[in-house]
Amino acid sequence: MTQTTAESPVRKQRAQLKTRTLRTDRWWLAPGLTFAGLLVFLIYGFWAIFDTSHLAGSYIAPFSSPCLATSCPEGARLFGFAPFGDWYTLPPGILILGLPGGFRLTCYYYRKAYYRSYWLSPPACGVAEPHKKYTGETRFPLILQNIHRYFFYFGAVIALILTYDAVLAFRDKDGNWGHVGLGTIILVVNAILILCYTFGCHSCRHITAGRLNHFSKHPLRYRAWTLVSKLNAKHQQFAWASLFSVMLADLYVRLVAKGIINFPFA
Amino acid sequence: MGYKAKFRVWRGEAGEGRLEDFTVEVNEGEVVLDIIHRLQATQAPDLAVRWNCKAGKCGSCSMEINGKPRLGCMTRMSTFEEDETITVTPLRTFPVIKDLVCDVSFNYEKAREIPSFTPPADVKPGEYRMQQVDVQRSQEFRKCIECFLCQNVCHVIRDHEENKKAFAGPRYFIRIAELDMHPYDVQDRRPQTAQEEHGLGFCNITKCCTEVCPEHIKITDNAIIPVKERVVDRKYDPLVWLGSKIFKRSS
Ligand code: SF4
Ligand code: SF4
Ligand code: FES
Ligand code: FES
Repeated sequence: MTQTTAESPVRKQRAQLKTRTLRTDRWWLAPGLTFAGLLVFLIYGFWAIFDTSHLAGSYIAPFSSPCLATSCPEGARLFGFAPFGDWYTLPPGILILGLPGGFRLTCYYYRKAYYRSYWLSPPACGVAEPHKKYTGETRFPLILQNIHRYFFYFGAVIALILTYDAVLAFRDKDGNWGHVGLGTIILVVNAILILCYTFGCHSCRHITAGRLNHFSKHPLRYRAWTLVSKLNAKHQQFAWASLFSVMLADLYVRLVAKGIINFPFA
Repeated sequence: MGYKAKFRVWRGEAGEGRLEDFTVEVNEGEVVLDIIHRLQATQAPDLAVRWNCKAGKCGSCSMEINGKPRLGCMTRMSTFEEDETITVTPLRTFPVIKDLVCDVSFNYEKAREIPSFTPPADVKPGEYRMQQVDVQRSQEFRKCIECFLCQNVCHVIRDHEENKKAFAGPRYFIRIAELDMHPYDVQDRRPQTAQEEHGLGFCNITKCCTEVCPEHIKITDNAIIPVKERVVDRKYDPLVWLGSKIFKRSS
């Protein structure tokens, strides 16, 4: 019989099983869908950045907002503000892309999503990853994920701008208030989902009161934390819902702008 | 009612071993641990398995069932098809003593490395006054039954034995969170040590620990990420750092 006392070196061995996993369920489905979902978004985003239909009536395409260059029509600019003059010839979306992009890239949920589905680290629980070495977020470049809270501050500003854009969508082509079209509804729903995603952020949860040890001494911050925690529990769902809503809203506005969608209640 | 199920159980000592096939009776209402016990009683009297409460509260019967880390006593046979072969193996991350019994002392070593609860010097036992809202976050973590399923599933050490030295694991991150959020704990370097000594940075928040926890503790959302944010406060946030230089609090 093999010795199994504490001193025995063989006791240091794990069960020798040569398979990558013994899971029998469809563990590859979730990472597969995540992979496809994120890819669709990247492809759409790439197209939308170079598309120039920023404005349809009072609807501003979310991917172009806020537009900071003179190459977009007056109505698509935030308070008519365009610090980048005619000399700027690149697509205006590139100017702001980094903020919502960085916000989602460093988001704790999206990190899980792409670490699992793109980097396979791990692809699913109990399924071995293919990498020889692993250092996680302990060193450059992944240690930079720690700046997520700064992206949150910018993300919050962008969310408020998109909310303002959704309010502006209650005007008709000539700027008269009281208009409600399909586009208005789409932009409002999108703004709500973006707000729920943004303010359910883990960094936001930390800032409101997560960093405190005495909730009872800060009742208002505790109330805010409770609310953020509720959104935070659904952060994954809001991450996906808002990802697709912003894409659909953007596509819708661009199609209206191009005249491809032109029914009366558009 | 009853039927014959096909089981494949890992048998061996000190890591060397193989999967053995069994056909064994299953009755209504039984759990995987019952079937392992029936194997012991009828076909494999020397089959080693650790268990105690059979109620999901002692954390002894951790094993892997069809590749998923679970408690044997809480995995109902009714969740499997009758013609399915059920594979049962010991935890993959820890050394095996015999059959389904692992040596989990790694976890006890890590537990000893975490500084214990440190109350203020001038507060005597019996003088603690806390409000429920102030301790409710820590209470979630007290539900832990130390089954070590989270430690076992975590890819940081499951797939990389060499990381064991530097990584305490999710069970100990919730311990650090519990103490750091405690209103009477004055050891204020817990987040820094979590990052520098207990390997918090290795965690890439992929949430397998949360997925397997039988006590449904939100390990990643409520412990690991909050502690990561506290680490950012102390180590990586330039504004917080600047603020603490300018408004130096009088001790
Ligand atoms: S979330 Fe972190 S601690 Fe939990 S299993 Fe994943 S890597 Fe390990
Ligand atoms: S945190 Fe959950 S999975 Fe980990 S040891 Fe405790 S009860 Fe088990
Ligand atoms: S936006 Fe997802 S965690 Fe901050
Ligand atoms: S025997 Fe106690 S948890 Fe399963």
